Amino acid sequence: MTALPETARPGTPVSGGGVTGSVRDSLVVAKRNLIRMSRIPEVVLFGLIQPVMFVILFTYVFGGSMKIGASTDADVYKNFLMAGVFAQTVTFATAGAGAGIADDMHKGLIDRFRSLPMARGAVLTGRTVADLVQTALTLLVLAVVALLVGWRPGFAEPTDLGRILAGFGLLLLLGYAFTWIGALIGLSVRTPEAATSGGLIWLFPVTFISNAFVDSSQMTPWLRHIADWNPFSATVQACRTLFGDPGVSQSAAWPMQHPVWASLIYSILIIALFRTLAVRKYRKAGG
Amino acid sequence: MPGAIHAEGLVKHFGDVKALDGVDLDVPEGTVLGLLGPNGAGKTTTVRCLTTLLTPDAGKAQVAGIDVLKHPNEVRRSIGLSGQFAAVDEYLTGRENLQMVARLYQMNAKAAKQRAGELLDQFDLAEAADRPSKTYSGGMRRRLDLAAALVVRPPVMFMDEPTTGLDPRNRQALWEVIKELVGGGTTLLLTTQYLEEADHLAHDICVVDHGRVIARGTSDQLKAQTGGERVEVVVHERGHMATAEEVLRGFAKGGGATAVEEHTRKLTVPVTGGAKLLAEVIRELDAHGIEIDDIGLRRPTLDDVFISLTGHAAVTDSAPADAETPERAEKGAVQ
Repeated sequence: MTALPETARPGTPVSGGGVTGSVRDSLVVAKRNLIRMSRIPEVVLFGLIQPVMFVILFTYVFGGSMKIGASTDADVYKNFLMAGVFAQTVTFATAGAGAGIADDMHKGLIDRFRSLPMARGAVLTGRTVADLVQTALTLLVLAVVALLVGWRPGFAEPTDLGRILAGFGLLLLLGYAFTWIGALIGLSVRTPEAATSGGLIWLFPVTFISNAFVDSSQMTPWLRHIADWNPFSATVQACRTLFGDPGVSQSAAWPMQHPVWASLIYSILIIALFRTLAVRKYRKAGG
Repeated sequence: MPGAIHAEGLVKHFGDVKALDGVDLDVPEGTVLGLLGPNGAGKTTTVRCLTTLLTPDAGKAQVAGIDVLKHPNEVRRSIGLSGQFAAVDEYLTGRENLQMVARLYQMNAKAAKQRAGELLDQFDLAEAADRPSKTYSGGMRRRLDLAAALVVRPPVMFMDEPTTGLDPRNRQALWEVIKELVGGGTTLLLTTQYLEEADHLAHDICVVDHGRVIARGTSDQLKAQTGGERVEVVVHERGHMATAEEVLRGFAKGGGATAVEEHTRKLTVPVTGGAKLLAEVIRELDAHGIEIDDIGLRRPTLDDVFISLTGHAAVTDSAPADAETPERAEKGAVQ
């Protein structure tokens, strides 16, 4: 054991607080979650299998029999599909965030954090930021797979790198927004298992009653309305527009006409609402 | 002057369940209070209220001279909490866990690193410091959890059933650590289900049941109230029980009643006089031709304290100590 120099007596904590303290604490928690994820690589791996499987299955099973606009060309569907799979993949981070936070509750870690003089929202922010990093990695791998099976940005309309990156930016923002929904679910259920299934089940209708996998103009009118106004559809439409993919919806609904703005507004609203609710729930966790 | 931990009239409801029904406590600086009680008595809820994890419905509390309800964040700077379950991240190494906690106590990176190293040495975890804590034994995890609670050398510590689930050897080791800590002037509130543990560590004991403090005093005072030692006899033949009861009555302290359990052929009587008396009891039973299967002298257990204080057994639902306790379940219900 080394002698302790007088200058660095750790018994007296440095006073934190305010925005700086909050950012600092969030980064400490994010680092913890990233170390954790790096030690359970199978979780990241399984997170990749599902979207890769969807890319392959949808491309080869549905491609050729799906009608996008007036075309049933398999190449058109393939290029149409990718934005949908990307968007669905980022929303699935919800389950991971929820399960992680529920696990922390279950193991008493949330109690420990709550007994520390740290920023109130930092535990949740740290987790969602770590999930964002994981989502970015997943998306990167998925984009490579998409290119390998024949996704060609600019297939329908010309695009450029800036627009493509902007599209991925919107996807990450959507994913980040959804992890806050996951955080709230994680704090509201009793077991990590419940958080995983509770985090996933509702995502199926949200991601399927949308323009992600089929041309929504071919849906029955009431369903089409839901799909056109679905926050998830806005990001898909925005990505198709930015990537120059085929099958951009011609619907007159506002989010379909202004998809980039709609995607931004929806994501920011989701973050504002669910962050508020989740932090409130965290502060009262356990009674 | 109120002590380092002071609570008055703490009340907490979980739905229809009154978990705390007016708890008063005072722990003078530098002393240890043992909160003794069965599962679901309100021990954990009391700790959670005092450590700012729960807001009581009524009552007031001060920790380290700071109002818990008005200035929770100030309180958090002055306390360490070691909960019922070792709250460490199992995928992080011991060192990473301690550094994270130190950082969240607002230490800078250098100080956090240094303090983590010190604690790992102090708690005999240096060798395992860079292994994920998942690979630790139960005792090691407990020590790591305790180390995390001590990162800022807090003047006030709370430990909720620190030795639950530990084997006797690890329990002893942890007791030594706790004694050392208290020797250094830390004020400690400790909850336990074991009278022996409270006896060993606490200056004062509060017995809690149904959310109220039903008795308080030193362990000697409580034991005196409970009736000291007991002789337990198991006779060989049921037919001998009446005679045996007659014999034991002669040894009963202060004319205390002999407890008779028909189906196990067990008789228990409160006595004074220790081992010497035990020999006399054996001789006397022998003289009456009573054959015995087992005989022993035992100290009062938590059950005895409870039976004498409340008239009911301590662990009524016989829930295993390390399983989901009622308090834990209550917590789940209100999330």
